[in-house]
This record gives sequence, structure tokens and C-alpha cells, in this order.
Amino acid sequence: MNIVVLVKQVPDSGLARQLDAELRVDRNGANNVMGELDEYAVEAALQLKEAHGGEVTVLTLGPDQATETVRKTLAMGADKAVHVSDEAVAGSDALATSKILAAALGRLEWDLVIAGAESTDSGMGVMAHMLAARTGAAAATGARKIELDGDAITVEHQRENGYDVLTASLPAIVSVWDTINTPRYPSLKGIMAAKRKKVETLTVADLGIDPSEVGAGAATTEVLTAADRPERSAGQIVTDEGEGGRKLAAFLAAEKFI
Amino acid sequence: MADILVYVPETGKHAAEVLTLGRSLGDVSAIAFDAQSAALASEYGAAKVYRVSAEGADDYFVDPKATVLADVARKTEPAAFLLPSTDEGKALAARLAVDLDNGLLTDVTGLDAEGVAEQDIFAGATITTSKITKGFTLATVKAGATEAEAAPSEPVVEDVEAEVAESDRRVRIAESVVEPAGDRPGLAEADVVVSGGRGVGSADDFALIERVADVLGGAVGASRAATDAGYYPHKFQVGQTGTTVSPQLYVAAGISGAIQHRAGMQTSKLIVAVNKDADAPIFSMADFGVVGDLFEVLPQVLEEAEKRK
Repeated sequence: MNIVVLVKQVPDSGLARQLDAELRVDRNGANNVMGELDEYAVEAALQLKEAHGGEVTVLTLGPDQATETVRKTLAMGADKAVHVSDEAVAGSDALATSKILAAALGRLEWDLVIAGAESTDSGMGVMAHMLAARTGAAAATGARKIELDGDAITVEHQRENGYDVLTASLPAIVSVWDTINTPRYPSLKGIMAAKRKKVETLTVADLGIDPSEVGAGAATTEVLTAADRPERSAGQIVTDEGEGGRKLAAFLAAEKFI
Repeated sequence: MADILVYVPETGKHAAEVLTLGRSLGDVSAIAFDAQSAALASEYGAAKVYRVSAEGADDYFVDPKATVLADVARKTEPAAFLLPSTDEGKALAARLAVDLDNGLLTDVTGLDAEGVAEQDIFAGATITTSKITKGFTLATVKAGATEAEAAPSEPVVEDVEAEVAESDRRVRIAESVVEPAGDRPGLAEADVVVSGGRGVGSADDFALIERVADVLGGAVGASRAATDAGYYPHKFQVGQTGTTVSPQLYVAAGISGAIQHRAGMQTSKLIVAVNKDADAPIFSMADFGVVGDLFEVLPQVLEEAEKRK
């Protein structure tokens, strides 16, 4: 069982984030972290490896500093990593990103790809299906549970009012929500071991892709303007001195909700 | 008039909104896989309905419908193709983007006839306008982007008979399990959402949040702190990693208002907050706030609501 986990370094969503002068996500801030849902993808892969054997390879696309995110996944227990890092990639849209990741997947032996259901920066939530379209693998996305039995995979696809049970044969691409598990913290031993694990760094040319096919120049979407959302102005705030609920009820009644 | 394709998945409010938005851009041609979706398309003013019958399409995840949608798009060369921003809508749009080598914008909150789309990014802190520079305007539309307005029409119906290819039978939907949310509306579509946070304190005490939601005819939500603490199921989480809501009224009880939570609710029309901590960030965005104990304040609201019935 060979599993590839897709991870992406993103600006910390708990802090203020901004676009740079080119209206791209500013990744030069100090607070870059592993995408929130990616940790659940790594954990899911490690649990499957522990149950079924095999190897977990982490694949990321991003600038040199994304090495920190790669190291964290190796410290959690992933076996090795592939880091596609190339200045030509800056400004790539989802289509180009999927082209690069599909090419990288083409160089690896894998039965299963696991990703977070969406990134916490662009948040499109489309990569798993774009990769399915490019690789021909089955895509069972939005998982809250994954089970493997030989060549057969069963996924509980989370919906708002329940779930669908999806079944497919490997190779497959699965994306996960944070309902699937509780990610482990890297242990000290894991952090030490990570230093000896292999990280292969590749350029897009190494993947057989002409740099002109990716990056801002090849983007199929363009950001025209960006503006801060106007601050919501605070309304009436009352302190409850025994009548707070009644005052709130009066407000709701005036707005015709009760 | 420009030809606007709209994928109509179900009969919900979200699909009606996408049809309404499509109508503001041109003549809508709806793609419907069942009779109910076709009926919704004519209720919301479609000029044409592609009524697809594809034996077995419902038994497989995404692939069969993606193939049909790509075929229709190739044939019609639309000015725009709109889908609702649901898991399925985004999955289908991702397939279309790759199959047609066409740009894609997701979660748009507005779109004009020139193809300029508005999007909220960074948890709603920044608003961008963007457009597609390759192909037609392929976009998924966020719930609440526009108000659904009915405009009954008598659309031209074109029957589309599709075969589900073996290669589209890769992921089988073996079972669909509905976990009842009672009589409450769906979180993403509800006009009123009442959410509880860490301040609710326990799973049992969420019953109070549920009672308030029921009195207001709303859905129940929860902050990440509350779902992580096990007070309420994960699937009701409102926020960056949960559901994004945009109701007429949002009630936040015992929620401080971290960025992660605000991401999921800051486009609500009216925001009401109840929190013990006067410095909670949620108050800076509330239209009406009560600094106080939610277990004192909310029962009083219920009492008053009962009196006003």
C-alpha cells in the first residue's frame, strides 16, 4: 500500500492575511503553517499505513520555505517527501497546479492519494477532482471515514444531512474533512528521525513541464481588484442587569423574528 | 442574449438563487437530471431546459454527471456556466475545468454580464473581483449570493439521452444515509441560525440553543470550540472549516468570535451576540449584543417569545 499525501503550506488562518502587490496570496509573512486540513490527511495516511503496511510519501508544491511543512509531516511519521519548488510556479492557478501535481504523481508508485478537502488559503476545494480528471483514478472526496480491504476502498462522504457510502477500486484519490481523526503531534523521536528522511526537490522542468505552461503567465483567471471588507459597525450593546433577555426579545420583535 | 448554462441539482433555495443570478446575465438554459429540478428551472425563469435521462447516473459519484455537463457545454458554447457551490457543484466544476481546459472561479458572491465575479477571500476579510481569461465564465456560486426571485416561464425542453460509460462507473454510491436534523432547516440555507460556543459548557446545555432555534424557526450551529469539545456534532460547525452561513439573522451565544468562526458567518444580515465577556470580539460586529450569562438571557428571550405568540 503506497500512499501519497498532498500538503500545502499556507499563511496561518488565525492571523490577518493579505494579498501582495501582484494580488497574489502574500507568502512572505513569517506565519506560514501546514494547511489545517492537511494534517488530517497526513494522519489518515499514517493510520492506514499502520493497519495495512506500505509507505507514505508527502508531495508538496511551494516555495523553498515549504520545507518546514514537509519536515513536520516527516516528523509526524511520513516516510519521504517530494517537494516541487520552482520560481516559475508563482501565480499558478488551480489548473496549472493540478497539471504539476499530476506530473509529480506520475513519477511515483501509488495506490492511494489523500488530500485535505480544501486549503485554508484559496479554499477552492477542487484539487482532488482535478487530479482525478488528469490521472484517471477514482475520486471519493469529502471523507469522514476511510476503510481499505485489499483493492477495495470504502469512504463515508460527509453531507450536511448525513453521508454517502462510496465504494471504489484502487488507485483512488480521497480528500478528508476534520471529522475523520485527531492528528498526532510529532514526537521528539519523530522530529529527530525526520532529519534523516529523504526529501527530493524537483523543478517543473524535471517533471517534463515547460515553465511557460504554469505560473502567472499561464493563469486562466485574473484578479482585477482587492479591497478590505468594510468593518461591520457595532450596534447596540447592553449589559444584562436582569432585563437583558427582554431587551433582546424586543429587538428581535422589532425586526419581526418573534 | 447570452446563453447561460445552469446546473440545477436539487430543489433547494441555493439552486433557485443560482437560476436567479443566471437570469440577470442572459437566457438561462438549465441542466436537470430529474423532474423536480426541471420544475424548479421553469419556476425560476429558465428559457430552456436540458432534461437529461442517464440510466444509472445517480448510482455513481460525480463522474456520469460531469461527462454530461461537459458534453452540453461543448455543444452550446455558453457565455457562462454556473453551478451551486456545494461539494457536488465544485467537484463537477473541477472536472469541467480540466476537461474543457477552461478557467474556474469558485464561491463567487456576485457576477456581472462582463464576467467580473466577486469573491470573499481570507475568511471574508478581503473582497476581490476576478475574471476568467481562458474560455467561458465557469463559476460556482456561493449560497446567499443573491436573493431567489421566482419568474415562472415555459421553457423549451430538450431531452438528452445519455449512456453512463463504464469509465464513469468508478465510484459507486452504495448507500445514502440521512441523519435526521429533526424539523430544522439545513444550516447553509436557513434564514435564521442560532449557534452555541464554548460558553454553552456542555452537550446537554445545547438543548437551550436548540429551543431558541426552534422558537425562531432556525437551524442550530456551533463554533469550532464547541464541536471540538464534543458539545455538538462536527457537521453543524459554522466557520472556516465548517459551513458558511449567510442568514437574515445570526445569533451567537457563548461564542467569542475568533477569525475561524467569523469566516463562516460575517456576511449574515443581522448579528446578535450573547456573551459574558464584554471584550469578546463578536460584539464589535453585532447589531445587538447582550453582555451577560446566556443561561439567564436566553430563557428570558424564550419567555418573551412565548408571550408574544
